[in-house]
Amino acid sequence: MAVNWFKYSSPASFYPLAGRVIPWFAAAAAVFTVIGLWIGFFVAPTDYQQGEAYRIIYIHVPAAWMSMFVYLVMAAYAALGIVFNTRLSGYMARALAPTGAMFTFVALWTGALWGRPMWGAWWVWDARLTSELILLFLYLGFIALHSAIDDPRRAARASGLLAIVGAVNVPIIYFSVQWWNTLHQGASISLTQAPSMAKTMLAGMLVMAVAAWCYTVAVALARVRCEILERERHADWIGDALARESRS
Amino acid sequence: MRGPGLAGIVGGVIVRDLTLAGRRPVDVMTAVIFFVIVVSLFPLAVGPESRTLATIAPGVVWVAALLASMLSLGRLFNADYADGTLEQMLLAPQPLSLIVLGKVAAHWLVAGAPLVLISPLLGLQFGLPAEGLAMLALALLLGTPALSLVGALGAALTIGVRGGGALVSLLVLPLCVPVLIFGAGAVEAAVSGMDAGAHLSLLGAFLVMALCFGPWVTAAALRIALD
Amino acid sequence: MTDFLAMGGYATYVWGSFGVTALLVLVEILLLRRRRRTLLRRAGRTKRNVSMGVET
Repeated sequence: MAVNWFKYSSPASFYPLAGRVIPWFAAAAAVFTVIGLWIGFFVAPTDYQQGEAYRIIYIHVPAAWMSMFVYLVMAAYAALGIVFNTRLSGYMARALAPTGAMFTFVALWTGALWGRPMWGAWWVWDARLTSELILLFLYLGFIALHSAIDDPRRAARASGLLAIVGAVNVPIIYFSVQWWNTLHQGASISLTQAPSMAKTMLAGMLVMAVAAWCYTVAVALARVRCEILERERHADWIGDALARESRS
Repeated sequence: MRGPGLAGIVGGVIVRDLTLAGRRPVDVMTAVIFFVIVVSLFPLAVGPESRTLATIAPGVVWVAALLASMLSLGRLFNADYADGTLEQMLLAPQPLSLIVLGKVAAHWLVAGAPLVLISPLLGLQFGLPAEGLAMLALALLLGTPALSLVGALGAALTIGVRGGGALVSLLVLPLCVPVLIFGAGAVEAAVSGMDAGAHLSLLGAFLVMALCFGPWVTAAALRIALD
Repeated sequence: MTDFLAMGGYATYVWGSFGVTALLVLVEILLLRRRRRTLLRRAGRTKRNVSMGVET
């Protein structure tokens, strides 16, 4: 039997579904975080070049991955929302933005804290850090545009268009920053290219990335539920759904 | 009855917008004066040491050009929006993207071209050598239309939105980073005697891409805004 | 234990990274929870008002 996926694109059926899966993703995020930190701090050896400071990558690299991945997912939802004109996709894009911005900030922050002992400077205009900074600006622009427009439909569609244009522009920006960086002979050590990465280090990083992914899903779904509650509080089904949830 | 051709539509919009701009010459001058003032502030802040000034000149002029073109974006659609002309444009049988292209072209002629023309003078103030001056004007000639095209999207997204001016800059400036990098890079390369061809090609590629997609995306943004 | 906390002299950097990240995650969760509570309270009120025939 074919599942009718469009059924879940209506807020009325998505709201309870999201409520059911959030605890699972939250629990998975917690479990993977504990495993990842355990591998990162106790199993993985000390890096012979960078000492213990390298352990920052267990946060930095997953956060940097998530920051880019979340932006792409956000743009994909925005595109879905514009093409199929579904309200839910717009809510989803809006719900992902703050978490994406948070991960971008974390990537910048940890990059700075890693750079201080390694490069001797809090901030280096390294290609990755610079692109990440511009990505943060893109997130902030999306959030600012969304909240500046009062009409919710227009807000979702306008900021969605911005997200799509941003997503197309991200590779161009990354390329241009890379180009600019090589011309100016920037820092030669890169944060992620440790000369020989032990298997356990890689494993710890991957587990932390999975944890970050589960966390993002849980938080985004919780935020979508808030968006739905806020935007559709006058819909008939909301009362029933709330009553059913408070009973169970 | 056949309407005007594609060039006719674009040309008609350009003529109309230029006529409107001609009635308010001070508005046009504001952006140029802003550009000149911002650039002239740098020697006061950094100090008159000519070698430092020559080093920072490409970046300073480019950043100032970027800010100046943000400044004039508010005029692009807001007046037409206020008096209802924009709504008529959306209903017109002519493709909206062509109308947008015309408006952007007019905006560039009013706000971008003067920056290109005046930039060699500012470069002289900063002690740029002759090849640097020519390259500065050439890079701005390729870059400022791209800035206008990208800026038009920001202007369309924020029509009638509170805090429009600052918001447009927040949306558009990150998207303009490649233009800034290639534009300032071309001048730096020319000054240090290297080949600026690669920079100019990339700048040109960005402009072509902005020309192909910009009016179309901006038209979509206008439809969203006036829906 | 002290050795572990010292992180080979990089304690500020390592714990600064992990601590701030944990703090941000915590703040995000708390803000979300508060928003949800407010919305639920408001939704409950709306429902009551509707059943009593009050326009919200």
